[in-house]
Amino acid sequence: MFHIIKTRKIFYMISLAIIILGLGSLLTRGLNLGIDFTGGNIVELKFKNAVTVQDVRGSLEAYKLEDSQLQSGGDNTFLIRTRVLSQTESEQAIQGISEKLGGATLLRNELVGPVIGKELTRQAILALVIASVLMSLYITWRFEFLQAIAAIGGLLHDVLIMTGIASLLQIQIDSTFVAAVLTIVGYSINDTIVIFDRIRENLRMNRKEDLGELVNKSLWQTMARSINTVLTVVFVLLALLFFGGNTISNFVTLLLIGIVCGAYSSIFISGPGWYDLRRIQKDRKRAGKAAA
Amino acid sequence: MKWGSVTRLVAVVIAVAVIAVLSIQPIFPNVKWLPLTKGVSLGLDLRGGVHVTLEAKDTAVGKVNNDTMSQLKETIERRVNAFGVSEPLIQQEGKNRIIVELAGIQDPEKAVNEIIKTAFLEFKTEDGKTIITGADLKNATESKDPMSGQVEVTLEFNEAGTKKFAEATAANVNKRIAIMLDGQVLQNPTVNEPIPNGKARITGYSSLEEAHTIALLLKSGALPLQTEVIEKRTVGPSLGADSLNKSVKAGIIGVIAIFAFMLLYYRLPGLIANFALLVYTIIVLAIFSGLHVVLTLPGIAAFLLSMGMAVDANVIIFERLKEELKEGKTLRSAINSGFNRAFVAVLDSNVTTLIAVAVLFYFGSGPIKSFAVALGVGIVTSMFTAITFTRWMLHNTADTGIKNTKLYGA
Repeated sequence: MFHIIKTRKIFYMISLAIIILGLGSLLTRGLNLGIDFTGGNIVELKFKNAVTVQDVRGSLEAYKLEDSQLQSGGDNTFLIRTRVLSQTESEQAIQGISEKLGGATLLRNELVGPVIGKELTRQAILALVIASVLMSLYITWRFEFLQAIAAIGGLLHDVLIMTGIASLLQIQIDSTFVAAVLTIVGYSINDTIVIFDRIRENLRMNRKEDLGELVNKSLWQTMARSINTVLTVVFVLLALLFFGGNTISNFVTLLLIGIVCGAYSSIFISGPGWYDLRRIQKDRKRAGKAAA
Repeated sequence: MKWGSVTRLVAVVIAVAVIAVLSIQPIFPNVKWLPLTKGVSLGLDLRGGVHVTLEAKDTAVGKVNNDTMSQLKETIERRVNAFGVSEPLIQQEGKNRIIVELAGIQDPEKAVNEIIKTAFLEFKTEDGKTIITGADLKNATESKDPMSGQVEVTLEFNEAGTKKFAEATAANVNKRIAIMLDGQVLQNPTVNEPIPNGKARITGYSSLEEAHTIALLLKSGALPLQTEVIEKRTVGPSLGADSLNKSVKAGIIGVIAIFAFMLLYYRLPGLIANFALLVYTIIVLAIFSGLHVVLTLPGIAAFLLSMGMAVDANVIIFERLKEELKEGKTLRSAINSGFNRAFVAVLDSNVTTLIAVAVLFYFGSGPIKSFAVALGVGIVTSMFTAITFTRWMLHNTADTGIKNTKLYGA
């Protein structure tokens, strides 16, 4: 068992490196935004006969939609992502393609106007800010202000890494991204609080103990719980990822990244982060006293 | 070995097993709320259906306000009712939007067409002047005169419409007033005499059925505002069924993995936790059923995630129990102090998570709301079962005389 507080700078560096990598990707490649944010149409068709991407693209030409994004979902299903189409336009196109390529069933047809995306972004940021403020209030009440800061810092870390990895892997972002981020925020803070609870208890029992040792001890005491809890959730998520179908695979992938990242940040960022905050505060007080 | 606690444990296991079977199997068809799975309805993404958000815009004759919006909503309700969908959802969102959700329909695209049909109703004079729009039409009904057998459609206008219609008919006696739907002539009756009371009759139909169609078109055509589809999501029934099958299968595999892990890692308490998880599932199902929660794909994911959460409360307690046992406490006092110390951690951590869920519920819509509800219900229930049920089970198990602390993971 290594000393987490003594080696904490290594973990800070690892996190920083991933965040910088993610931010770099965000700046250069951006996010792979779905129609929820950009506006547009997504049509999912299942053809009766075997068809190729070229067939589908060719049949789209008649409707000036050959620039659309095409994605084969296997089993003769295709996702066609186009610009915003009116009801009549999409109906004509779907019917036309179906006739030309020997019949198709419409599995899904989604249209999102350009207004929705802007609202979604605004609401997502607002939701995140409000959740953070409410959680810090609760933590300040039950624990202390510095722990609230450390916990929220851990959350910021999780959100940055999730968004960064979503950009790196070019995972498509839709409205469920917001749900995924907030769920991870909920889980990550849960892990953090269990750790802080142990620190709080150890502080009560042994006031004289060196703070670094005490935090390290608390982190290791809760380690089995932290890992086991993540494992049980990861089992479920992996099952959903492999057997749950295409519709939610993006959502589940993001949750999976977030859960692992959240557990990591609770142990290696929020815990040690609070130790550093506490140390800085003490140093300041001492400096203040010395000056006086 | 204390036989009292053994009997209690056996009784609980049997009771839970019976309740579990009753919850999912229709054994008593006469009991309305059984099986519990019946009370949980599936969302659009799992049974196929359509979600449409309409945005209303001002027209020359109608401005967007509370009155016109509720009129618009009523009109859409009538249209939706005309094609007989069970439990349609039609609600206003914000100032100028209306959300329509129809589940379980075979042809979602056709339904959208019916709803958004911009059917704009107007009454025009021969020289092409619009006198009244659909906004002024209160009702249209077909009827058959029992004596003469003549079929007619009776129109009824609101106050403003009555006034306008009276003026127009007075000025157009023996001329025609065309009733136009979306710019197409629906009816073109001749004005026989001025109509001051706001009730007009159109005659000359060949059958009651024809009159009914016209009356319905007149009624449903009365859209007071222009609408535009800003969001539409249709899911075909086959994709919905496929998603449901796959997510249920994935869920079962995930849960089996959790069960196996808990049993292998925590042994006897793991078995109890698994049993508590079963109880937890039944309670959540009962709550879903009671609240008529609509289960969506993200909702199922949330339910499965909350199972992870439910296990977590037990994990915290068992880890504590192990520590207390290692310190040399007796089994009984280890269980007690383990629970007491773990409780604070479980409470604080779950409250903070609930805050995130509440915010998600407040800001989310549709499937995301369903996700938040499922997660929230799961967290509260998991806290309850871990603190009450697991504890009771552990105490009774300890009482039976199984004192080998190795079985408890220590």
